[in-house]
Amino acid sequence: MSHPDHFALFALPARFALDEAALDEAYKAVQSRVHPDRFASGTAAERRVAMQWAARANEAYRTLKSPRARAAYLCECAGVPIQAESNTAMPAGFLMQQMEWRELLDDARRARDTDGLVALETSMSRARDRLIGDIAGAIDQRADHIAAAGLVRQLMFIEKFGDEVRMAADVLAHPREARA
Amino acid sequence: MALLQISEPGESTPPHQHRLAVGIDLGTTNSLVATVRNSIPSVIDDAEGRSLLPSVVRYLAGGAVEVGYDAQKHQSIDPRNTIVSVKRFMGRSRSDVLHIESMPYDFVERADNAPGMLQIRTVAGPRSPVEVSAEILKVLRLRAEDALGGELVGAVVTVPAYFDDAQRQATKDAARLAGVNVLRLLNEPTAAAIAYGLDQAAEGTYAVYDLGGGTFDISILRLSKGVFEVLSTGGDSALGGDDFDHRLFCWIIEQARLLPLSPHDARSLMVKAREVKERLSAEPDLRTNAVLSTGEVVDLPTTSREFAQMTQPLVEKTLTACRRALSDAGLKPQQIDGVVMVGGATRMPHVRKAVAGFFGQTPLTNIDPDKVVALGAAMQANLLAGNRAAGDDWLLLDVIPLSLGLETMGGLVEKIIPRNSTIPVVRAQDFTTFRDGQTAMAIHVVQGERELVSDCRSLARFELRGIPPMAAGSARIRVTFTVDADGLLSVAAREMGSGIEAAITVKPSYGLTDDEIARMLEESFGAAGQDLEVRALREQQVEAQRLLEATLAALATDGDLLSAEERNAVERLLADVSARLPGSDLTALRSASEALVEGTDEFASRRMNRSIRAALAGRNVEELAR
Repeated sequence: MSHPDHFALFALPARFALDEAALDEAYKAVQSRVHPDRFASGTAAERRVAMQWAARANEAYRTLKSPRARAAYLCECAGVPIQAESNTAMPAGFLMQQMEWRELLDDARRARDTDGLVALETSMSRARDRLIGDIAGAIDQRADHIAAAGLVRQLMFIEKFGDEVRMAADVLAHPREARA
Repeated sequence: MALLQISEPGESTPPHQHRLAVGIDLGTTNSLVATVRNSIPSVIDDAEGRSLLPSVVRYLAGGAVEVGYDAQKHQSIDPRNTIVSVKRFMGRSRSDVLHIESMPYDFVERADNAPGMLQIRTVAGPRSPVEVSAEILKVLRLRAEDALGGELVGAVVTVPAYFDDAQRQATKDAARLAGVNVLRLLNEPTAAAIAYGLDQAAEGTYAVYDLGGGTFDISILRLSKGVFEVLSTGGDSALGGDDFDHRLFCWIIEQARLLPLSPHDARSLMVKAREVKERLSAEPDLRTNAVLSTGEVVDLPTTSREFAQMTQPLVEKTLTACRRALSDAGLKPQQIDGVVMVGGATRMPHVRKAVAGFFGQTPLTNIDPDKVVALGAAMQANLLAGNRAAGDDWLLLDVIPLSLGLETMGGLVEKIIPRNSTIPVVRAQDFTTFRDGQTAMAIHVVQGERELVSDCRSLARFELRGIPPMAAGSARIRVTFTVDADGLLSVAAREMGSGIEAAITVKPSYGLTDDEIARMLEESFGAAGQDLEVRALREQQVEAQRLLEATLAALATDGDLLSAEERNAVERLLADVSARLPGSDLTALRSASEALVEGTDEFASRRMNRSIRAALAGRNVEELAR
């Protein structure tokens, strides 16, 4: 199972730009045919096959739904793995930006500055939108998957950092709760 | 027999071929069974017209067992042999259970840290929670069979959404022990959403707040034309109405300055606490009265305000879970279109008020919170049994509540499947060896959200042996996690170079072994004077007949997907099963059936493919028409 074709499963064009409504609709159409609930009184072979197909549909949907996972998948299909763990090289500008965000987060935490966290969250989500636009350009317009893979690594950082910001905001809002 | 009527999945069956299926709500405090008759779901009452079956089991000397109201009547006079709230013990060891010291049972001692589900010593011998639950399920199965006039094809049994793998497996084992064929384990809040959604034709995003006797679940669902999609779920599988009783119980002891209580008095006082809690929902101000066996008299003024105060931390805990479930779904409270209340404990006014405050709207309570889960389960059972027409059905997309992962170096957890993943789900991850020439790898499967293995629940340990000796880091071991539509996990591991495979279906270390189940089955059939072998043969015959008919139907509709040669092979396998069907050779019939299943796997796969193509082609045509 090197690269199961997630786009073909849902009869969608294999590109980054996505008609989300079409994906949702195709996913539900496929699940309504293959879900194990459809074969609860079927034969063991049918139940087994249903389980495999439904799991496949879930995996494909999960991958295509998220811009980050979809871009990573397209890069991998084009022979450019993301290698998030081994390839940590980032452009200098992005590294500077990272450090700046980190400091803002630390300051806001220390000062218990909810507004500061909200502002940081907003700038993170703007940066995310911008990156997604750049990725679309790299994959769909220029077919430059190497550049796209670099942008995906930046996006991974931004999403992870965004979670940290949200968590910090959560701690400020509900200080007494233990966190999992 | 009802099982012999076969239809294509999704196809309707004529009314006379209605297959008998039920939904069972196996609750902490009460259990219910419901079914769909003439398209209307309803709870099946007992001979005296009572819907609820108290989840209480009493073991008597001589092997008799009382279940329900009879057992409940005797709980104070025979507390050691009368098991209440057994659901709290499912898939749990003694150290897992809160307030175990105030329980009147004689728990079987186990060696320190010995894994395994706790057991209770009764006058009839040691009993596991699985066996106790099976007694409740048996009564419900018989009640349904009497009322419906035939054997059931199966049941949908509900479990708290927040139940982990050990608790789900224990529930499925209990059903098996009770002779109930489980069509599906269904999450309780999802069952409630089905009942509500179909009844009210609801569309939008809903929160189901389910506070039962011993468990709390919060599920966030999106309901749209015929699809119930669970976005996230959260909760606490050891928080429920019982804990409110327990707070009140402790408060009474404290206020009345009572000395250590006998098991008998402890149970009476617990019963009293529950009664007071229930009365406080209607009267804000009352007196708690009790006379203990020591002659001590308890007489305390009790107000609903005090009660709300002492149980506020419990309510807060539920709201914390709500907040997390919302955040997992990426939603804010004001984006919820409706809040459905489920479970008897949601009758407490201060709980309703807190939930209303959190979501900023009055929660929905128009379906009886005690019955809504069983009704939804019955509707799902009716669907799974194939009693509904295509187009007149719905699709359920549920999730796993807790992340599943593996122990890695340093006692850390590597998550393989994150919580709130839609099931069924299959995911694989590659690992490598740590030492040169390492030929075995220990695999430790855990469930939970924490980073450290010691903070998660251990589900299973197994070992992959026979890895060819290689330099450290050069072997590639792929571990595959599979969670089925019941939310049950199985794990397989394979060394990718040599293809050596070790695979297990996770039997949580807290669960029962197959041998234990077999022994319990033997015992229960022995007691009922039935022959296990005869029953096994009959079940296999039914299964084989079903298989024959389904395969013939598949050949009739999609036979063109097979080459002449392939078709011949399938027909030979069919003939083999037919030939062994009338005999009494269980093993031969089983292996012929298995061969047929195996031999039609590829056929089933091609049919599925065709079905998907058809579904998507239909969609494209619709789009063009727009």
